[in-house]
Amino acid sequence: MPLSFEVNGKQVTVEVEPRMTLVDCLRHKLRLTGTHVGCEHGVCGACTILLDGEAVRACLILAVQAEGCKIVTIEGLSNDEALTPLQASFRRHHAVQCGFCTPGMITTAHALLSEEPDCDADRVREVLSGNICRCTGYISIVEAVLDARSAYRPPESQP
Amino acid sequence: MKLPAFDYACPATLAEALALLASRDDAKALAGGQSLVPMMAFRIASPSLLVDLRRLSDLRKIAIDTSGVRLGAMVRWRDIEDDARLNGAHPLLKAAVSHVAHYQIRNRGTVGGSIAHADPAAEMPGIAVTCDADIAVTGTRGARVICADDFFIAPLMTALAADEIITEIRLPAWPPRRRWGFREFSRRRGDFALAAAAVFFDVDDAGKAYNAHIGAIGVGDRPARLPAAEAEVNGQVVDIAISERAGRAASASVDPQSDIHASGAYRKSLIGTMVERALQSAAGMSAL
Repeated sequence: MPLSFEVNGKQVTVEVEPRMTLVDCLRHKLRLTGTHVGCEHGVCGACTILLDGEAVRACLILAVQAEGCKIVTIEGLSNDEALTPLQASFRRHHAVQCGFCTPGMITTAHALLSEEPDCDADRVREVLSGNICRCTGYISIVEAVLDARSAYRPPESQP
Repeated sequence: MKLPAFDYACPATLAEALALLASRDDAKALAGGQSLVPMMAFRIASPSLLVDLRRLSDLRKIAIDTSGVRLGAMVRWRDIEDDARLNGAHPLLKAAVSHVAHYQIRNRGTVGGSIAHADPAAEMPGIAVTCDADIAVTGTRGARVICADDFFIAPLMTALAADEIITEIRLPAWPPRRRWGFREFSRRRGDFALAAAAVFFDVDDAGKAYNAHIGAIGVGDRPARLPAAEAEVNGQVVDIAISERAGRAASASVDPQSDIHASGAYRKSLIGTMVERALQSAAGMSAL
């Protein structure tokens, strides 16, 4: 069936079967392969994307359920000119090992920091508990997210 | 795995949704999909038609009045977390929901979906049973209300007929001075409970507890209240000794199965500790 939604600011229309998950639609139909597929049943967090601004697991959403929605993937959180503050923080803290979980970590952290730029370490850990890093590099990931908080605060509140 | 093939419909009204559900024996309602989609990925469920309820905005309301809290079936965990009114109107619900799954799943998962799925280790069915909630359902043959204790039958089995949809979960009014506690143990926060206890009681002028409700999650084939543990609390000033006695009564009341995550004996012991700690928290004794 035909399906229209917005991905990273662009309106797209694709033809999908109802059984196709949103993550498969993004990767296979739209070639947005930055979003990774890990477990395909909602425990690993690798496929996290932003749906109408909220972090969700794209393997637990049917593509057809996203009709009319605004989607942002990891590709939409980067640009060709320079690293974003969140990307730069991940680099600075060596928060990337094999990189498989990284798109899900970045999208989740972006959603969290956009809503809660003053969150503490406990909150970051609680939110990232839904994202599995099998290199077990969690400490540097939590540090990278905490260090990126200032970039998400409104300018007048920055020290 | 990839999902099995199915047809999909996204009706605009409840009446259309009910007609679609009744049109096939194996049609299923789709709410947030956070339980049903994994079930389909595992090929445990393979409905031939999914009826998506996302356009039924009437089912997304949280209503609070003197009769209690009414949660529309499509209310998400996120909506409960964000609703500051519930801090006073139902603090036990709010505490339990903070244990439901992970951040991303809480943005999609719904109370109606969790109730319909009826996982014995899930928080929402446990809260519904502990709080004597009513589950309002409707079908092409009409609407009915089922009390939570009659609703949950066995793991993933409920009194909901195949052609019915849950519309609302009704939690009775919460008196402002009611004491409550919620304790859950899981391998990782957000995972299913190895055991969890939801408790509340009211206190008379002499400081004695009455109307004790103690619910156990994850230690049976459905959530259940534990009358033997409640009997240890009613008529008593809840202190360390009473909480320990109630904990022992809770352990003695259950006969949990062993599985890959924990042995039955461990779960039996654990529910006692959870009840004990939840009661101590309710009595204001512990920060555990």
